[in-house]
Amino acid sequence: MAAIDQFKNTYFEECSELIEALYAHLTDFAEGRSDCDTMHAVFRAVHSIKGGGGAFGFERLVQYAHTFETLLDILRSQGLAPSAETTSLFVVSTDILADLVDAARGDRDLPPGFEDETAALLEKTAAQFDRRTRSLPEPAEASEPVACERDYDIVFAPHPDLFKRANEPLLILRELKRLGEARIEADLGSLPDLSEIEPEQAYVGWHIALRTSVPRSAIDEIFDFVRDECDLSIVERPLPNAVREEAARQPAAAVSGGLESARSEQGSPRSIRVDVEKVDRVVNLVGELVINQAMLSQFSGALPPDLCPGLVNGLETLSQHLRELQESVMAMRAQPVKSVFSRMPRLVREVAGQLGKEARLVVTGEATEIDKTVIEQLADPLTHLLRNALDHGIETPEEREAAGKARQGTIHLSAGHRSGRIVIEISDDGRGINRAKVLAKAEERGLIAPSASLSDEEIDGLIFLPGFSTAENVSSISGRGVGMDVVKRNMQALGGRITVESRFGAGSRFNLSLPLTLAVLDGMVVAVGAETYIVPLTQIRESLRPVEGDIHPVIGQGDLLAIRGDYVPLLYLHRHFGVADAVTDPCRGTVVIVESEGEGRIGLAVDELLGQQQVVVKSLETNYGPVEGISGATILGNGRVALILDIGGLRKAAVPSRPAPSFVAGAGAPDNLH
Amino acid sequence: MQKRVMAVDDSKTMRDMVVFTLTEAGFFVESAEDGQKALSALNTMAVDLVITDLNMPIMDGISLIRNLRADPRHRAVPILMLTTESDPEKKAEGRAAGATGWLVKPFNPEKLVELANRVCV
Amino acid sequence: MDAIETVPANEVPQGGPDMLVRGALQFITFTIGAEEFGVDIMVVREIKGWTDTTTIPNAPAHVRGVVNLRGVIVPIFDLRARFGMGMTEPTRMHVVIIVSVEDRTIGMLVDTVSDIISVAPAAIRPVPEMGLSIESNLLEGLATLDDRMVTLVSLDGLFGTHRDPIIPDDAAAPQVLQPN
Repeated sequence: MAAIDQFKNTYFEECSELIEALYAHLTDFAEGRSDCDTMHAVFRAVHSIKGGGGAFGFERLVQYAHTFETLLDILRSQGLAPSAETTSLFVVSTDILADLVDAARGDRDLPPGFEDETAALLEKTAAQFDRRTRSLPEPAEASEPVACERDYDIVFAPHPDLFKRANEPLLILRELKRLGEARIEADLGSLPDLSEIEPEQAYVGWHIALRTSVPRSAIDEIFDFVRDECDLSIVERPLPNAVREEAARQPAAAVSGGLESARSEQGSPRSIRVDVEKVDRVVNLVGELVINQAMLSQFSGALPPDLCPGLVNGLETLSQHLRELQESVMAMRAQPVKSVFSRMPRLVREVAGQLGKEARLVVTGEATEIDKTVIEQLADPLTHLLRNALDHGIETPEEREAAGKARQGTIHLSAGHRSGRIVIEISDDGRGINRAKVLAKAEERGLIAPSASLSDEEIDGLIFLPGFSTAENVSSISGRGVGMDVVKRNMQALGGRITVESRFGAGSRFNLSLPLTLAVLDGMVVAVGAETYIVPLTQIRESLRPVEGDIHPVIGQGDLLAIRGDYVPLLYLHRHFGVADAVTDPCRGTVVIVESEGEGRIGLAVDELLGQQQVVVKSLETNYGPVEGISGATILGNGRVALILDIGGLRKAAVPSRPAPSFVAGAGAPDNLH
Repeated sequence: MQKRVMAVDDSKTMRDMVVFTLTEAGFFVESAEDGQKALSALNTMAVDLVITDLNMPIMDGISLIRNLRADPRHRAVPILMLTTESDPEKKAEGRAAGATGWLVKPFNPEKLVELANRVCV
Repeated sequence: MDAIETVPANEVPQGGPDMLVRGALQFITFTIGAEEFGVDIMVVREIKGWTDTTTIPNAPAHVRGVVNLRGVIVPIFDLRARFGMGMTEPTRMHVVIIVSVEDRTIGMLVDTVSDIISVAPAAIRPVPEMGLSIESNLLEGLATLDDRMVTLVSLDGLFGTHRDPIIPDDAAAPQVLQPN
């Protein structure tokens, strides 16, 4: 069935969207924002996943989806909205559904019986609802009836030619009957005498009184193929006022029921799907254009000023347009952070459940757009921070009550733009950082000198030190030996920063700040011999020309540079990279002090600094492979390739297997504030 | 009684997809890669439904529909066209030629089954 | 035009480009020194003149560096050096053949590019055992045209990922902490 496979991708994409929509609808139910169509939309979503799954033979998924769909169908045909408890069941059911989709896609292995418990619960609930008749909604199980059912008067009068296109009114009537309760009466008024009947002409019309809770669009759809060949009128009759309290709400919805209910399936801004590769190609081409234009400007600058003023002006305009073009194109790759945030509520639910804590996640700013290169890297740090908030931040419900807090803790996750960067905050109303404990632990682990005096902020920052969280501290939740130091390292690798604020007893807030994009880097261009390299600006601490007396060899195996009472290892790039004809005496060149990952600084000995530049990062690995000490490449204004230095990698190579930081020497405060 | 379908499309992928989807749904499906071959096949068998693409070599969908409607044996067979959104003229032409209904490509397999059941007695 | 061998009907291989002779393969021939080589035309993306490369630190000698090819970073390999025939001293007159291997784009530095030849697969002889200093899978075979012998190179053998990585394990580790 190889031919079918090409549809699988479309199917899985659709599943992702449907599941996202499912969660959104269920949230609407939970927050009382639902209407008639919400239940139908939920049903349709599960139904579609089931249908497509059937086409590809995903048995397990189909079976489970069917169970889910059955309950949904019962509810929607009875015009009911789910109670809080049922909505929670639906949320968990959607979690399982999403897992089954992942399993079908091959992304994970699910043990047999994984879905059984939830499926059984769905079946049981379905059985309960089934017992009730439509006209007697029992308050006991607390499902609120939503006044969704409407009455329609349909007049369907086929034109004589209707049969010409092989349409069959019988099938149409049958479909109508499936939508709800229908009373059908034939109109034989146009029927001529038997002797005059043309067998292939249609004479009979019908009146149909239909009571249904499906949206008007579903009724319209049945007549799609015959609309041109009949007289059709579908009129809604006002509801008998006996029945539901919420009838008052419905007229507005009912009137708009005639329109295509935009909420259920559309309602998203106009957009088109474009292959990521195509966008990347455009981004590359625009980058090329910018370089070209820079070269042209350079050439035109070399001309005598009056030679061709039109040329100079033209290039100036070109430059402006290109700048705008570049911004627009970079914006194309920006995606709402929602795609990463959407997994978080479920994560919080599950982890809180595992820890026996009650917590909810409030998400804001999901529409904030970030370049896709950054978004992809956000998932891990966010996951870890949320786990940490639940594990160490939010207290157990009992502790919270004792402290006079609500049993349920709240975690806020927000994203926004601030001064050209992306800012993400994760805050909780938990127990906050216990500074005394942190200090004690840091001393115990030898991370700070005993009796060092640190400000509150500095103490809070200690949690980011490597070695702070060890096996005993790391529960299986925040687990796998991953600590805050890894989160900080991940952030720094992205060119970002992380800080924490905390009030003991009240909660903590982690602030992540990220550059808008990874594709562009602010760099310092340096020369080593005839080669040019780029040093990421965010990792440069300072640069200087040392004097001889500041350079100290250590047991003949390396040089240290003395700076303000501290010693920094020197890395001679010309030696490390094998560059000939470079400046070998650092006192005649420049030393750039760089730092990465909070692991301490090193000094790069180069010939000279050539200037700052914003560069577009290009991959060296795609066509060549990894190069130790190099993180990527870029194209300079002169069209030549320059390699971008990997500071962390260089440090490892220069200073192999060194454990910790200079903190042990007591030199300088822990480095957590930039 | 099992319903029989003739699926006509010059794209093997499309044909495979339609055959697969409808077979799973309980139909018996034959396929052809252009209108001419479909007509030939229908000389010796009767179907309950024809699903055809519009753009095909040798004999395209519109011609196929016209031919079918002109033939007393197939005058009353439901015909579904596979259309693309960007070609409303073709769709109108198809309807004028006698097509019963249409399905927009790329289609949802479930929708295909739904429509097949809707027009097939 | 070179003579082209025709293939008996029962030897016609499946597929392949429809050439003057059914089933023939096309190669672009190039020279390194006095020798003529050929590379499968289907993998050649473009042919350009030599431009200065940016050196990759601590790379093997035959890796000349990388260039910017319309926004993509492409490594250039000195084929003469790769075959152990010495280092090329490239000038603007030298040629770089850009090929795609698996999903990578790379460039091969050669002396000149000659022309395009069609060869029937049956006319390709294997390279005989001759104690060559290079791995045997770098060369795909020998093709004969009149009195010319064209050595066909194997891109998979040269650059494919199933063989040695581009950066051999014996690349010298950087010696940094040495006294000045």
